[in-house]
Amino acid sequence: MSLQILVLTVLDGIAYGSLVFLVAVGLTLVFGVMRILNVAHGSFYALGAYAAASLGLVLSAYGISAWFAYPLFIVAAVAVGVSVGGLMERFILRRIYVREEYLQLLVTFAIFMILDNVQRLVWGVQPYFYTEPLSLMGNVTIVGIPYTAYQVIFLPLVALFILFGLRWFLRKTLAGSLIVAVTEDREAATAIGINARKVFFLTFIIGTTLASLGGALASPTTSVLPGMGAEMIVLSFAVAATAGLGQIGGAAIAALLIGLGRSSAVFFMPELEVVVPYLIMVIVLLFRPEGLFGKTTARKI
Amino acid sequence: MTALISAKDLAISFGGVIAAEGVSLDVFEDDHLAIIGPNGAGKTTFLNICTGYLKPSAGSVTFQGRSILGSSPRAITRMGIARAFQIPQLFTEQTVLENMLIAAASQARRFAPFTPLMQIPERKEAEHILELVGCDDVSDRPASELPEGKRKLVDIALALALKPKVLLMDEPTSGVASSEKFDIMDTLIGALREQQVTSVFVEHDMEMVSRYANRVAVWNAGHIQSQGTPEDVLQDPEVVRTVIGV
Amino acid sequence: MLMRIVLPVVVLVAIVLPLATSGWDAFLTLVWAKALPVLGIILLLQAGQVSFGHAMFFATGAYTAGFVIRAIPGGEIVIALAAAIGASVVAGLLVGVFVVRYRYIFFAMFNLAFSMVFYSLLEKFIHITGGSDGLSIPRPEILGQAMERSEYEFVLYYLALALLVICLYGVHRFLDSPLGHTLKAIKTNETRIEYLGLSPRRVLLIAYIISAFLAGLGGALVAVFQGIATPEYAYWVRSGEFVFVAILGGTGNVFGALAGSFVYEYIRVTATAYVGDTWQLTLGLVLLVIILFAPSGLVGVLNDIRGYLGKGRREPTPSGGKQPSGKTEKQRGEEQ
Repeated sequence: MSLQILVLTVLDGIAYGSLVFLVAVGLTLVFGVMRILNVAHGSFYALGAYAAASLGLVLSAYGISAWFAYPLFIVAAVAVGVSVGGLMERFILRRIYVREEYLQLLVTFAIFMILDNVQRLVWGVQPYFYTEPLSLMGNVTIVGIPYTAYQVIFLPLVALFILFGLRWFLRKTLAGSLIVAVTEDREAATAIGINARKVFFLTFIIGTTLASLGGALASPTTSVLPGMGAEMIVLSFAVAATAGLGQIGGAAIAALLIGLGRSSAVFFMPELEVVVPYLIMVIVLLFRPEGLFGKTTARKI
Repeated sequence: MTALISAKDLAISFGGVIAAEGVSLDVFEDDHLAIIGPNGAGKTTFLNICTGYLKPSAGSVTFQGRSILGSSPRAITRMGIARAFQIPQLFTEQTVLENMLIAAASQARRFAPFTPLMQIPERKEAEHILELVGCDDVSDRPASELPEGKRKLVDIALALALKPKVLLMDEPTSGVASSEKFDIMDTLIGALREQQVTSVFVEHDMEMVSRYANRVAVWNAGHIQSQGTPEDVLQDPEVVRTVIGV
Repeated sequence: MLMRIVLPVVVLVAIVLPLATSGWDAFLTLVWAKALPVLGIILLLQAGQVSFGHAMFFATGAYTAGFVIRAIPGGEIVIALAAAIGASVVAGLLVGVFVVRYRYIFFAMFNLAFSMVFYSLLEKFIHITGGSDGLSIPRPEILGQAMERSEYEFVLYYLALALLVICLYGVHRFLDSPLGHTLKAIKTNETRIEYLGLSPRRVLLIAYIISAFLAGLGGALVAVFQGIATPEYAYWVRSGEFVFVAILGGTGNVFGALAGSFVYEYIRVTATAYVGDTWQLTLGLVLLVIILFAPSGLVGVLNDIRGYLGKGRREPTPSGGKQPSGKTEKQRGEEQ
C-alpha cells in the first residue's frame, strides 16, 4: 500500500463524510426534537441537488459566471427546505404526532414515495451534470496528490461551520434554547408556555434545509440522478444511528468514520463499497445499541 | 429456618443518591414481609434488584441458595419469583382474560402454535385467580379500559398465574377503593397462605402492614433501619418519628 | 365469520373461475403470490413493527428458485420452491437475529439497510446474478411433467392458490395461539412479557422468520410464473409496496393480505395506462389518505359498513383504527 493511496483514501473519506454529515445532522436534529424519523429526508437531499444543478445549468446557458452558483446553491437549498419541508410539517406531520409510531414511519415513507416520483416527473431519469463550481476553486496538492479544493477544503469547512453554528444556535440563541427545552422535557416546556408547535415547525425546516443544502453542495461532485435520495436516507440513518440518534456532535465523528470506511473500501474491496457503511453501523450497534454517543435510558417500573 | 431470598451487603446509587448501602435482608419461607419507609428510600429498588432489573454495585442476592446476580428478569421469573408492579404493567390492547391466559400459557410452557389461546387447559385456573382478586367481572374488557384499582389487581393476578414461590408486590392496593382494600387483601393473603406462596410487599398504609405482614423491614435512606414483627417495629419511637410521622 | 364463511366462498370462486372463464388466471396467480409477502408484513405489524426491507426475502426466494431450476436438468418446481423456502428461512434467521433486538424506527430502517445492500449486491455480482438484466428462469417441470405454457400456468394458478390458502389459515391460527397473542403483546408491554418468563426477542424472531418464509415463497412463485428474477425484486420500492398493500387491505386481519393484494393488482393492471408515470405518487397519496382517514384498511371499512348496517358482530381489529391508549406507557427503552 503506497502512501499516495492512503492519502487519497483519507481525502476521499473527508470529502464524502462532510457531505453525509450535512444530511445526517438534519435527520438527527429532527429526530432528537420531534422523535420522528423522517424517511423522506433523503428526498430533500435529492431535491436540493436537482434544484442546484438546474439553476447552475441556467447560469451557464446565459453565460453568467459560476461564482454566482455558490450563493445560488444556498438560496436553492433554503427554498426547497423551507417550502417543501414547511408544507410537509404544516399539513401532514402535524396530524400524526399523537399517532402510533409505526404509522408515523409509514406517513413519512409515503411522502418519500411521492417526492421520489415528483422528482422523476420534473427532472426525468437522465442524469444532470453541473461541475463548474468544482473546477472553479481549483486544485490543492496534498503530499503530492492533487485534489479539488472544493471537496477537501470547502466542503469540510461548510460541515464544520454547520456543526459549530448549530451548537452555537442551540446554546446561545432564544430559538435554540426553546428547541433544547422542548427536546429535554416537552411537557414541562409546554407548561411554561413554550409553543411546541412552532418549535417543531422551526426544527423541521432547519432539518430539511440542511438535507437540501447537502444535496446542493453535492451536485457538482456527482451526477444527479434518480435513486440518490433512497441511498442517502439509509446512509444518513447509518451515520445518525452509529452516533446515537439525536447526537449532533457525534454525527460528525460517525460521518467521518463512515466516510473513511467507505473510501477505504473503494480502494481495497470495491465490491463491498456499499456494504461497508452498514457494516460499521452493525458492528457499533452490536456492542453499543444506543450508538457511540447515545445515552441508555432505563424505563422506570 | 432457611432464607428463601437472601440479600447481603447490597449497594446501589443513582447519580449520587444512595438507594442502598450495606443492606442485608432475608426473606424466609411463608413470610409475608412488608417493606416500609419514606418515599425515595429505595424500597422499589430492592424489588428491582431481586428480579434482575437492576444490578447492585456490590453485594449478593441468592434465591434458594443459588446466586441470582446477573440473571435476567425472565430467568428469575422462571425460577419462581414473580413480580407485581407499582404502575400496572398490562397488555393494554388485549382483554383481561387474554392477559391472564398469556401468563398461564407461559407458566405451563404451552407454545404449540395452533392451539387457540382461549382453549388452553389452564383457562379455568386463570379465571379462578381473576375471581380471587375480584376481577372476573371485567375479564372481557381491554385492559386499557379498566379503572386504576382494577388494573393493579389484574397486575397481581398476572403474577399469581405464574404459580410463583415468592410474590413481590409494590404497593398492591394503592389506587384500590378503600372500601374494597381489606376484602381484597383478605382473599389475596388467604390465597397466598393456602398455596404456600411467600410474599414481600412494599407498603405505605400502616393498617395494611399490621393486618397482613408477619414481619416488617423499615427502609430508610438506603439502610435497613430496623426489622421484626409488626408489633415491635411499629411501636419503635424512632420508626414512628422517621417513617410513620405523627 | 371471515374464516368460516368468506374464506370458503373466496376459495370456491377461485377454484371454479379458471374453468368458467379465461383471462383472469394470470392476473389472479400474481394476486395469490403477492399476497404472501403482505401476509408476512401483517404478521410483523401485530407486534407494531414495520419492515421496509422485506423485498430482500422476496428476492431471496426468487433467485434461489431461479438458480435451482437452472442448475438441475428439467428444473423441478417442487424442489425449487422447497429450496426457496429453505433459503428465505435461513436468511430470515440471519437478518432476524440482528433486527429483533430493535424496535420501531431502528427495526424499519435496519431492514431497509439490509435490503439496500442486498439489492446492490444483486446488481454488482453480474457473473452470478445476471446484474440488472436479471436472471432468466426456464419453465420448470411440475412433478416431473414438462408442460406447455398454458397448461403450466393453469397448474401454477392452483398451486399458488393452495399455498396461499394454507398460509392464510396457518397465520390465522398462529395469531390466535398463545404465541400469537404474546406477539401482539410486544406492541404494548415488553417489560411484562419478560416478567412472565418469556423473551420478546425470541417471539419476534419466530414471527420474523415466518414473515421471511412467506415473502420468499411469494417471490419464488412470482419468479417461476414470470420466468425471471431481477434486482428490482429486492428494491426498496417493492418493500414499500408490500407495506402499502398491507395497510390498504387492513392490518387487523389476515384477510387484509388477500383483499389488499387483489385491489392493488387490479388497480395496477387497469390504471397503469393512465397513471404510468405517477404510479408511485398515486400509491403514496393513497397510503397517506388511508392512514389519515381509514387506518383499518379495506377489511376495516367493510366491517364498519357491516356494523353500520347492523348485520353481524363487528370483528375486532386489534391494531387498526385505534388511537394509542397508552403511548407514554409504551416501551421505548429497548430501542435505545
